[in-house]
Amino acid sequence: MPTLSNVTIGTTLGERTHKPSTVSLFLYNAAIWNSHRIHFDQTYTTQVEQHRGIVVDGPLQGDWLSQVATEWLGNDGRLLQFEYSNRRAAYLGETLRAGGKVVKVNECDQTVTIELYLKNANDEIIAPGQAIVQLKD
Amino acid sequence: MSELLTPEIQQWVGRSDTPQRLEVTRRDIVKYAIATQQRLKKYQDGDEAPPMFLFNAHQGLVPLKALCPDGLPGDPLLPDLPLKRVMAGGIENTYHQAIRPGDVLILTRTLTNIYEKSGSTGPLIFVVYTIQVETDGGEPVMDETRTRIFR
Repeated sequence: MPTLSNVTIGTTLGERTHKPSTVSLFLYNAAIWNSHRIHFDQTYTTQVEQHRGIVVDGPLQGDWLSQVATEWLGNDGRLLQFEYSNRRAAYLGETLRAGGKVVKVNECDQTVTIELYLKNANDEIIAPGQAIVQLKD
Repeated sequence: MSELLTPEIQQWVGRSDTPQRLEVTRRDIVKYAIATQQRLKKYQDGDEAPPMFLFNAHQGLVPLKALCPDGLPGDPLLPDLPLKRVMAGGIENTYHQAIRPGDVLILTRTLTNIYEKSGSTGPLIFVVYTIQVETDGGEPVMDETRTRIFR
């Protein structure tokens, strides 16, 4: 588990890849009660809203970013702040990669700032994010 | 000077909708944890809610016949906008305490900003809300700022 004594600026957090399926997207949208057709109706999505394919939910991408931080923390630290921005769409079938690194360590209030990214197969950051966490000594 | 956003539209900024009362259940946390493939046991077992668990929880539950052609319910906090297709923009959350099964939460949403930008495919309207989450006893749980984009 990360502690203030073993974390420095530049410490990287474990990467994880995500490739949502029709079923996982369905379950996510059911869980958050989101009936926007761009997440399950191929014809509507491509013909009416003019997307390239079924759209991977922006907040699901945000959740994957939050998991980079929470998995790193385990049960010991605390997530204080979390933010992300959806900059580019992702479509069903894409493989996305979430990761992050420590950019600031504040020993006074025991907080660490983490820069987060979600990248597509072209290595483009489609959703940048940031988390501020509190660690133990 | 905004081309799409009239003074009538801007007048909606500052409005809040009816606070939503949410009873948190272990089953709902576990469903969310499965759908998002959480790896921490506390989330998988539903002992604690993952950080994004409340996304969309403020949304009122309306009958099927009240849904718009895109499948979404109309937003009671928004006037008719000149752009119709909606996308997620992002969030900024501050966490005050963990959410656990049995918690009863009160969610209050306020429209805080509407602005226009020009994107690569044309004009975009950004709509920003804050969602304040408290316990039913009035203790702060989470503050969310959420952006939706209309294109």
